[in-house]
Parts: sequence; C-alpha cells; structure tokens
Amino acid sequence: MKYLTTTFTSLVAGALLATAAVAETELTVYTAVEAEDLARYAETFNQSHPDIKINWVRDSTGIITAKLLAERDNPQADVVWGLAATSLLLLKSEGMLEPYAPAGVENLDPKFVDGDTPPAWVGMDAWVAAVCYNTVEAEKAGLTPPTSWKDLTDPMYAGHLIMPNPNSSGTGFLDVSSWLQLFGEEGGWEYMDALHENIARYTHSGSKPCKLAASGEIPIGISFAFRGAKSKAAGAPLEIIVPSEGVGWDMEATAIVAGTANLEAAQTLVDFTVTKEANVMYNTGYAVVAYPGVAQPVEHFPEGLLDAMIDNDFEFAANNRAAILKEWQSRYDGKSEPKS
Amino acid sequence: MTQHHASDETYLSIDNLWKAFGAFLALKDITLAVKNGEFVCFLGPSGCGKTTLLRAIAGLDLQTKGTVMQGGKDVSNLPPSERDFGIVFQSYALFPNLTIEKNIAFGLENTGRGKAEITARVAELLDLVGLPEQGKKYPAQLSGGQQQRIALARAIATNPGLLLLDEPLSALDAKVRVHLRHEIKELQRKLGVTTVMVTHDQEEALAMADRIVVMNHGVIEQVGSPTEIYREPANLFVADFIGEMNQITSTVTKGGRLSVGEKTFACHEHSFSDGTPVVAAIRPEDIIPHEEGYDADDPNRNCIDVLLHEMEFLGSFWRCRLRNERFGASELIADFSINAVRRLGLGEGRQMVIELPTDRLMAFDRPEAS
Amino acid sequence: MAGISDATQMPAGPVVKGKLSRDDILMRGGMMVIALYLIITLALPLYAMLSKSFSTYRVELSQYEFQISDDAGVFDGTILNAEVLNQQTGAIDPAELNTGSDGRLPVTGLFPDFSFRSPVMYQVRNTSDEGRFLVGSTLQDGTDWVTLDSNTFRRVQLRPVKATGFDNFINYFSTPALFNSIKNSLWIAVISTIVTVTLAFWFAYALNRSCMRYKGVFRLIAMAPILVPSLLPGIALVYLFGNQGIAKELLFGASIYGPIGIVIGSIFFTFPHAFMIISTALAISDARLYEAAASLRATRWRTFWTVTIPGARYGLISAAFVVFNLVITDFGLPKVIGGQFNVLAVDIYKQVIGQQNFEMGAVVSVVLVIPAIFAFAIDRLVQSKQVALLSARSVPYQPQPNQRTDLISFIYCAFVGLFIVGILAICQYAALIKFWPYDLSLSLNNYQFDKMDGGGWASYYNSIKLGLFTAVFGTAIVFFGAYLVEKTNGFRTGRALFQMFAMLPMAIPGMVLGLAYIFFFNSPSNPLNVIYGTMAILVICSVTHFYTVSHLTAVTALKQMDREFESVSASLKQPTMKLFSRVTVPVCLPSVLDISIYLFVNAMTTVSAVVFLYSPKTSLASIAVLNMDDAGDIAPAAAMGMMIFYTNAVARIIHLLVSKGVLVRTQAWRTR
Repeated sequence: MKYLTTTFTSLVAGALLATAAVAETELTVYTAVEAEDLARYAETFNQSHPDIKINWVRDSTGIITAKLLAERDNPQADVVWGLAATSLLLLKSEGMLEPYAPAGVENLDPKFVDGDTPPAWVGMDAWVAAVCYNTVEAEKAGLTPPTSWKDLTDPMYAGHLIMPNPNSSGTGFLDVSSWLQLFGEEGGWEYMDALHENIARYTHSGSKPCKLAASGEIPIGISFAFRGAKSKAAGAPLEIIVPSEGVGWDMEATAIVAGTANLEAAQTLVDFTVTKEANVMYNTGYAVVAYPGVAQPVEHFPEGLLDAMIDNDFEFAANNRAAILKEWQSRYDGKSEPKS
Repeated sequence: MTQHHASDETYLSIDNLWKAFGAFLALKDITLAVKNGEFVCFLGPSGCGKTTLLRAIAGLDLQTKGTVMQGGKDVSNLPPSERDFGIVFQSYALFPNLTIEKNIAFGLENTGRGKAEITARVAELLDLVGLPEQGKKYPAQLSGGQQQRIALARAIATNPGLLLLDEPLSALDAKVRVHLRHEIKELQRKLGVTTVMVTHDQEEALAMADRIVVMNHGVIEQVGSPTEIYREPANLFVADFIGEMNQITSTVTKGGRLSVGEKTFACHEHSFSDGTPVVAAIRPEDIIPHEEGYDADDPNRNCIDVLLHEMEFLGSFWRCRLRNERFGASELIADFSINAVRRLGLGEGRQMVIELPTDRLMAFDRPEAS
Repeated sequence: MAGISDATQMPAGPVVKGKLSRDDILMRGGMMVIALYLIITLALPLYAMLSKSFSTYRVELSQYEFQISDDAGVFDGTILNAEVLNQQTGAIDPAELNTGSDGRLPVTGLFPDFSFRSPVMYQVRNTSDEGRFLVGSTLQDGTDWVTLDSNTFRRVQLRPVKATGFDNFINYFSTPALFNSIKNSLWIAVISTIVTVTLAFWFAYALNRSCMRYKGVFRLIAMAPILVPSLLPGIALVYLFGNQGIAKELLFGASIYGPIGIVIGSIFFTFPHAFMIISTALAISDARLYEAAASLRATRWRTFWTVTIPGARYGLISAAFVVFNLVITDFGLPKVIGGQFNVLAVDIYKQVIGQQNFEMGAVVSVVLVIPAIFAFAIDRLVQSKQVALLSARSVPYQPQPNQRTDLISFIYCAFVGLFIVGILAICQYAALIKFWPYDLSLSLNNYQFDKMDGGGWASYYNSIKLGLFTAVFGTAIVFFGAYLVEKTNGFRTGRALFQMFAMLPMAIPGMVLGLAYIFFFNSPSNPLNVIYGTMAILVICSVTHFYTVSHLTAVTALKQMDREFESVSASLKQPTMKLFSRVTVPVCLPSVLDISIYLFVNAMTTVSAVVFLYSPKTSLASIAVLNMDDAGDIAPAAAMGMMIFYTNAVARIIHLLVSKGVLVRTQAWRTR
C-alpha cells in the first residue's frame, strides 16, 4: 500500500513538474535504451535544454526497428536516440534518416560515426559479444573453460552451449556476422556448422543465454559482456570469457528522422548526444562509449575487451543481413529434434 | 347480450389480406369487419392462419398484401407501437423481475400520468381482475390463472381500443380455463372493448364470442354468431370442426331430396342440382327417437327404422350408435336425453324408429378425395 | 373439402412495406453499428493481412542501366540494361529476384570482367522514379547517372520494389525451416489433444460417475489453469525438468525444451476446457440406458463402450477439436519451452518481431488460420448436435457408492490435481527464491518488476485496467449486440450476416488477429491509426478476440427470455430500450456477469492477441511474463505469472460474491 501511495505521489509530482516546465518544443524520440536509463538521459539533457521536452517511445530493438520501418511513409518520430547501428543502417538505406554532422562529432572515435559526410548517424556506446561461463556447472560437467571461438566447437561442449537465434536477436546476428568477418564467408559457415553440433538450443533474446548460464540452466551462454557483468554482480558464479579471435559488437546510435517538423530541436538534441557529458552518462550502463577517454572501468567487465572488438563492417552486416539470415535459417533452424 | 355495447359501426376491418412465407400462403385474401365493442374469436385447427391474422392486426408480423383499418385509420403498415391495442399471450409474458404492480404500471409510465394516478389505476385494475392483495408479489409467486389475469390487467391498463388475446387460456388446466373464460367475457362486456381472441378450442369460442370466424388453410370458412355457426354451418369443414356431425354419403335427387340407399329424405334447403353427389349431415342431438310402432315410411317425415346397436352413458345424455344397412357400413350417432331413453324404454339391441327433422338435415358438397 | 384446397394466387402488385418504428430504426441502427464494429475490428484487418500475404518484393532488373568507362575513366555512351546483361551472363538466378522488403542484390556478377582494383569507372541509374538502389547504405532513388569507381561500385545493391503475387507462398513452401512448422504444429496439437482428452475424460468420469470425496475441490483445481497465461506452465517446467530442475531425472536425459515441454504444458492449460465440455456431456447422459444395460446383464466394460462412450461422443469430439485449436494457435508456451522445435504461432512472431518480415508473417498467419478454421467448424457442427441431445428428456445418472471404484477415482483425480497444483506451486516457489539454484533462501527480489525488462509493475496495473475495460465495454457491446440480433424485427439477411461475423473471431488465432491489427490500424492512411499503441487498441483486440464465446453466452441467456416481451412492450407503447434496461438486463444479469468475468480473465491472461499491439506505455502483465522469460529473468516471470493467477482468482471470488449478492437482491422473483 505504501508502495502504491509513493508511486501515486511521484506520478502526480512528475505530472505537475512536467506541466510547470517551460517546454516550447516536444520531440518524439524512439529508443531501445533500457527503460531505467531513460529518465536519467532526459533529465541530464533538460538541465541544459529545458525548452525541449522528450516524449519517449521505448521498445526492444526489433520492435522499434519494425515500427520505424512500418512508419516509413508517415514517420512519427523526430529523433532516434539509442538504437542499434545495424538498424539505423536499414533506416538509412530506406532514405529515412536526415544526414547531420552534430557539433563536436570530430571528438568521437571514428569507428562510432557513419562514414558518409555529413553522417546519417552517430554512435553512443557499444555492446560487445562475450561468452558467459558458469564455473560451478562447468565443473560439474567436467568442462574446461574455452579461450577462443574455435574452442567452443570441441565435442566436450556438446549440449552445454546456448546462443541467441540471429533471426530474432540482434546479439545473435552480431555474433554470426562477426564470425563471417573473422573466418571469411566459407570459414564462417563451416565454423557455425561445427558449433551447431554443440548448441543445446537457440534463444529468442540476446541476454537470455547469459542469464541461463548465470542460473546454471546451461554452463555456457554466448551473449554480451555487459549482461554477464550484471549477472556476475548479482552473485552468479560466472566468468566472462573474451574469445581470442576477437568479438563482434554493435553500437547504440543516434539519428534524425528525415521529414521531422522539429529539425532545429532535433539537431540540438543530437548535438547533446555527442557531448562528453552525454558519454559520461552512457558509461553508467555501457563500458564502451564513443567519446575516447571517457569510459570508466565497469565492475566485473572483462579486461581486454576493447582490444578484442573486431573492425566491424556495419555495411557488410546490413547489406547481407537478409541473405545471411536466410542461409542461417536453412542450415540450423527448424530442426525438429531437440538436442540434449 | 352485448348488443347495447356493440354498435353496428365497424371498428376493425381487414380487406383482401394475404400473407406469404416464401411460397407458402398462410393467409389468402382475408376480408373481415369487426364491429365496435364486439368479441370475435378466430377459431380453427393449428396452422390455419388464425395467429398469423392476429399478429397482422397487431402489426407484429406484417401482412404481405392487403389493408387493416382500425377506428377509421389505415394502420396497414404501422409498427405495433403506433397502433392501439393491448395483447395477452398464452405464455402471459409477464416481466419476471418486476412485481405485479410494476408489470401493470409498465404501460402507464411515460404517458403523462402522475405517480399517484398510476398507483390508483393499478389498484383499480387489480380490483377489476380480482387480485387486489397481490400487487407486491412477483409473477412466479402466482398461479397460472392469476398470472393470466395480471397479463390481462396489464393489457387493458392504458384503455386500448382493441384487445387481442392469443390463446390466452391454453396453458391453464381445464377447471381454471372454464372459470377464467367466463371472467374474461364479463370483463370484456363491462369494458366494451373490441376484442379479438385466437383459440383452437371450439367450446371456448362458442361460449365467449359474439361472432366466430372459422378459419382453415389460410381462408375464412365462415363468419357468424355461435348459434349460426353451430346451427347453419356453411360447409362440411365448419360442420365437422364444430360439434359432432353425422355424415352420410348421399346424392341429390328429384325435388332436391337426398337419396341414401333406397330411401330419399327431405332436407334443409340447398342449391345443389339433381344428381350432385353430396354429404348429408345431421347433428346427433337433432335426431328424434320415436316410440315403438311409429310409421317409418311416413312420406311427410324423414323417418327410418334402425337397430340400437350400442349405448354409452355420458352423464347428461346417452350416446347411441344406430345401424341400418341402408346407410351402408356407417353408423349414425344420436344423443338421446335420459328422459327420452327412459320414456321409450330404449336398450341395446332394440329395433327403433328415428326421425331426421327436415330442417336439421343438411346437404354439403362432397369432397372429391376420400 | 370445398373452399379449402383453394389454389388461389396472390395478386400481383406491391408488397406492404412496414413503416419502421423509432425502436426498429434504433435497433437496426444499433445492430449496424455493432456489425460495423465487427467489420472494422475483424473483417477489414483480416483483409489487410490477406492482401499483405500477397504483397511481394521483386528486383526489377529492367529498371537499372549501367555504363562502363575505359581504363582512363572515359565513358563511350553505351548504355547497358541490367536485364539484358543478365540474359547474357545468367549471373543472377531469377529466383533471387523475388525477395523480401529487406532484400538486396549486388550487381558485380553482371560484369564478368569486374575487378574492384581496376581503374574502370561505372555509372548506374534508375530508369524510373520507382527504382531504388544503394551505394553502401545510401539510398539512390533518382534517375540521374551516379558515377562510381570500381571499388565503390561493388557496394552497389539493388533494392526490390513492391509487387503482388503468390511468391511469398512459393517462398514459404520452398523453405523447409518454415513449412516444417506445419508438421510440428499439427503433431504437437494431435498428441496434446489425445493425451488431454483422455486425461480429462477419466477425470470427468471419476467426478460424474463415482461417489468419491472432495469432488468440489477437484472441480476447483481442474479449473485453475484457466486463470493463468498459457506460458506459465512452460516456466514451471523449466524449474521442474530443466537442467537445474528438481525432477529432471524423471525425463531420463530427454530435454524438456521441445515437444515434450510443449505437450506437457499444453495438457495443463487446455485441461479445464476439455474437462468442462466432457463433464457436461457426461452429466446429460441418460440413467435409463444404464438400467437397461444392467437388466441385460452387460458387463461394466461392455456398458462403458456401448453406453458411456456413445453418450459422450459429441462431448469428446468437441473437446478434441477445442483442445486442438487451443494448442495449434498457442504462442506463449512454445515460445517459452519450445526450444528448437518450431511451430506456426512462434514462426509468426519470429518473422514479424525478429526479422520485420511482415509479409512472411502474414503468410504463416494464413497457413495457421486454415487448421484453426477447420477445427472450429467441426466443433460448431458437433456442438449443435450436442444441443439436440441435451434437449431430449432424460433421467440424470446417479452414481452408487462403490468402495473400489471410488478409491481408484480418488487416486486418479489426486494425481491429476497434484499435477495442476504442482505446476502452480513450483512457479510460486521459484518466484520466492533468491537466486535459483545457488541461493535458495527466500526473498521478494523477484517481485521488483521495475528493475526488469517487461514494463514493471505498471504492466501489472495496465493488465488490470485492460481486464476491466475489456469486461465493461466488451460485455456492453456483446450483450447489446446479441440482444439486437435476437430481438430485432425482420431484417433477416442483416441478422444472419451479423451472426456469422459474431462466430468468426473464435476461428481466428490471437496472433493472426494481432498481426492483422498492425496491418490495418498502423497504416498511415487509416484515420483510425490514432488508436495504435494505445490501451484502446488492446481493449478492442481483446473484445473482438473473445467475442464469440461471450456472444454465445448472451444469446443462450436471451433465448430463454419470453419471445413476446418485445411485443407486449410495443403494444404498451414503451420504448424497447426501457424494456431492455428494466427487464432484459436484470433478468440476464447472471449471464452478463459471466460474460464480464470471462472477458476479464482472458484479457488478463492473453498473450497472443496483444503481443504485437502493446506499446511501452501499455505493456501488460502477461507480456511482461513473456518478455522477462525472454530476457532470462525466469523467476520474476514466474512471479508475475502468479500475480495474474491471484488477481484472476480474486476476480473470480468477487464475481461469485457479486453474483450471489445480485441474485439475492434483484432476482428475488426466482424464488417462489
């Protein structure tokens, strides 16, 4: 009851504050950033720009992407702040993004900025693939920790491995595209053929393999590093392994939606998103951010991860996405026999 | 009688009315006039169209063709709510969740009547139907007969110009039925409301109606007062449907007489030409028994000697089965009074002479098939 | 007889056209409004979905032209059409031209001499405004020449344009990964149906035909699964038989993730449906037949096969098809526990959410609708026969105490009851565990939904809101609609059409309806798109999804009303709406309440109907269960699932109390 009252009070207070603020422009901002971070982002932005009110539309990456694509002919969003770069590339190839070079973009790591001039999007932070390894369960099963991607194809791991399905998970896709870039097209598929023999099953979401590893449901989950760090912090007997060949990654990025009626305000917002201040803000949730030198080490985050990030070719990933997924599906999906 | 209520002025008239359900014609060219204050019964076997006709009058099921005039106004295509009638159904159709009072008051609301006026009117109606103490009860707490009275009270609450009763007594048991039909008739007389009742029960029709409309297969067979219908049936169907009727296969011969076997009988006047095959008909109670030795061949009288084959005591009279080979295989049924039986000393196996009174022996068209 | 076989013909000429009363106009108008509601919320979205399934994307080679320079970068003006080039080289398989909305086609294959190191320059253009190609990720949709060096030219990707045709279906049936799901779905549905109907039959048999104790308790337990989302048993199974499951040894090494899990979970959530139908069928069987069998000295076995089974056959068939339909259209359970075992409903989700391939989602939907409609049609057919059986006059069977039978029945029911209670209990237990399996101390951490994906506690309150809105608006729309269709005068065609529309929702799986809503309501050209992403669309979708059963309940109640009430009311010149509010609604109040609780419970538990339609502001508890499980937060998912259970249980209890209260207060007339 007390909880309810508190919620109610804060809701009312929030509503009052919102109306009290001098909000001259309202921006509809689509995002896939975790809900708990959004309020903080808006708050930080409004400290310097009280005249622009942000209306968040938040959902998972896939759904926000789908929503944006569906609204192609009638865009509802002004700005996309915090969506996977691969998704933004899709939007770019549909001509849906307004190219804009935000003030101070030159300060960012060029890896994090769209190659075109002016760039169609600018990156914020990166999430990086990693392997979550449950030491307790692995020991029970008599496993030794892998050190590389190739190690994972060892028959020893058969049935002890879970990864996300690239057809439904962005993390799954970045794994697959990184393998194709690391091992070459042919080598990549050969690798996945071998890996498939060890996979117990593919999950729909990217964070689930690590959570399953954390809960001991499976000894090894291919997921992303930050998720692993969180689970480890929560007390799970996890080790976060960075495979030696290098790891795939994707970034969250920002872009202006072409045709926005509030271009000026949108540019103001995007200008803010590349500032050092904003990058410090991103660092709370992400270990790797676009502004060099900002990132503080995150607890339980594996060492050497930054160096292991491959030179990701986003254009390759975006332009071959449909073909890769189709190939992946025909090779590994829809096998009726579950592996145990 | 009701003559002082019923004027000669026509209140309800139906002209050339047809009702088709797809290819099936439920009513064929019905024309009928009902006088103001009259109690008319639609009588006929099930499926004859009587209920269809009633629902057409009410506007509940519109006729396909033809007009209905009520009180000088053409109501042919008006919905029920724009006509002026009250209706009582076999099922009573009382609102189960409303008290008796509220059921009766249902039609009085929204009519500009004040609350006090409505309460008074409800009390008056409850008195009228003889249930003054039952207002607070729910319908399920009353007997069937009581419920039907409430339905009647509800139907007449707004003083409609026309009261329609759709088999109102069929769901009740025999005793209640007889009692209630008397009460309804009384009430109708008191109110002088033009009433149309549908029934398949001839006794009910004879007892209650000023005029009976006999229907069959979607047409009106005869319209007349109960005595007319009974005494002068227009055709064999009416004759057969109402009351009992002996039917003897016969042919019209010289002078319009009816020949049955070797005998010919004088009969009630008719319009058949000589040689027409007809059915000679006489009601059992019209057959007169004569004492032994009566001249069976008196040319001025329709007499014939018969064998009293079987007697059945039915309380107020004896039903006798009479045989004579001249009638072929069929028997004549005669209802003799207890007096007559005692006076003539009738008993099974007796030879006797009966008379078929000339004005009670009728000739009807003989149906072609069986 | 004379004058009777009158072969008279009705005269030609106009037929009497009735003047419509204000009530007639009102009722027909009302019916049209509700019919319009069904058309907008059902027929048009389904049509939009169907047309989407035929909407294809195709690369039109003829729309692209190229020029190649010499080594010095000078163009000689020769224009090469891509289609002509492909005819010469055969580099691109025609099948590759049919693709999805996301399709891309590299062009270097058309130029056998291409080398990205060569100094040769290329020019490329669209021949019409519709053509589109990418250079890298940059869209080019103009008709001007674009000049590119060899290295950049390899980044050119042709984009498809919209077309119409059967290509999506051809594509679907030529992709084994996709059409295998048909087989999987059918297989799962058949197995689940056989097991569930068998289990439910013996359960109903034990309750109806024995004198065992605690029948009421068992009846209550059997109905409990209705109160939870279908994916909850999946979560329970993870804790029971997953790799860290407390009873995983029972599976002898087999994995719960896959058909085994789906079947066990399906048995759980379809059990009450099968039980209710079969129980009804057994309850109406005629005791006289058993007396006859006994007098003929038939053995119990023989009596069972010659009397019991034939008597319950319609119930069994009906239950089978209802279960079949529930399993084949269910999405939540296979999503949670299905592992690599693909089924149709999950395919729709994967196509739409995972790949944004709406066209293929529509194709799978069309495929899924076929068995669903088939099962539905058979069920309706059988139900109508069952009604005929019901109306026949029969003497209800009274079981005689028999120690052995009663004991066996009790033990059997106890096992089934234990299964149901066990599933719920393990969820509740897991929800209270701090960190399964490493820290088994109790805590309420898993109830801190605001710290997880899925919408937090807000989603729980949203669900209650949705449940209440759906119950209130749904009951009003459904009951009023049923009243109008039952009591409107004439207007036969309109009423028949309305009845058909009212039956349709039951045949449409929730996933399909939800997807159809995206196509219809999210279309920019639809003025109704303002409701997209709001609570309103969730309410509308839920009402429409659960329309049929509610409608049938309302119609059954209304049919029991005296048919002449409306005639009496009209003769008394009272508006029909007065009759409706003063008599019809109060008399039907128990049914109205039944419809409300049905809608509430289903709106609380549905996942499939709303999974495509919720927005961050309108996330729901059932969706939160799905998303938390999806993110690997299984214990919080179990916790939220149990919150739904308790909420529905409380709602049921309130419904029971209100119904009783209402009966006492307004239905005094029922007691003599």
